[in-house]
Amino acid sequence: MIPLSWLIALSAVVFAIGVVGVLVRRNALVIFMSIELMLNAANLAFVAFANQMKSLDGQVFVFFVMTVAAAEVAIGLAIIVHLFRLRETVFVDEIHLLKG
Amino acid sequence: MLAALFVGFAALLVVTSLMVVLHKNPVTSALFLVLAFCSLAGIYLLLRAEFLGMVQIVVYAGAIMVLFLFVIMYLNLQHDVETGLQIAVRRGIGWFVGVLMLLTGAALLKRGWALGPANEVLPGAEQGNVAAIGRVLYSRYLFPFEITSILLLVAMIGVIVIARGRSRAHAAGGGAGGGA
Repeated sequence: MIPLSWLIALSAVVFAIGVVGVLVRRNALVIFMSIELMLNAANLAFVAFANQMKSLDGQVFVFFVMTVAAAEVAIGLAIIVHLFRLRETVFVDEIHLLKG
Repeated sequence: MLAALFVGFAALLVVTSLMVVLHKNPVTSALFLVLAFCSLAGIYLLLRAEFLGMVQIVVYAGAIMVLFLFVIMYLNLQHDVETGLQIAVRRGIGWFVGVLMLLTGAALLKRGWALGPANEVLPGAEQGNVAAIGRVLYSRYLFPFEITSILLLVAMIGVIVIARGRSRAHAAGGGAGGGA
């Protein structure tokens, strides 16, 4: 069997990569992809612990996380499309309408 | 054998995730993300989460990534132009925070948190866990499952309202309801 620590380490690495992506990139679409990476890292931790505890509850939670991720992607991409129509850009540092 | 497969999938996952973050072209990033999701599905299979492995491929690599690619190509984006001092500073901060998170995780691991081998084979794992997941989902988690449908409905209506845009919404508001 795969040791739990490996799985948690992999989850942490993927989550950190997602954090770097959100902080480093300017393209809103790539930021969204990085958020997906972080959600998937959390899912991996859920599945790892569910496997460790011989319980299905963790896997059911992953199912719900996937649903929320799908809804979030749909709404987020719609917002990005709308922003692009208004401002002709998807770079987050050029969108400062609420900055005052 | 299992460990070798896991190491292979994990290496693929980490490399493709890095490429998602580092590559300048959003389309290439999206395609690398598909590969990352597929390797994650492989890891799910290794962990005896067959249902989630399949759903991962269908929902993430299929639906969500097609949505991403569709929007990227619809917007017809050029490459990122990432130069200038401000962006360099921000990039430095981003990498610093990422490395900090990794070090925190490493420190936690070193203190013996979540160490030790996983359990042996799950009982009755040979026939897959789709039936078991379905049983749990439709009994103990029935209410959250139903709430999920409301969430999806809200998302669907929200997307339609947002994507319809301002000008047409105004026009439809004056008319007889629009038809969108």
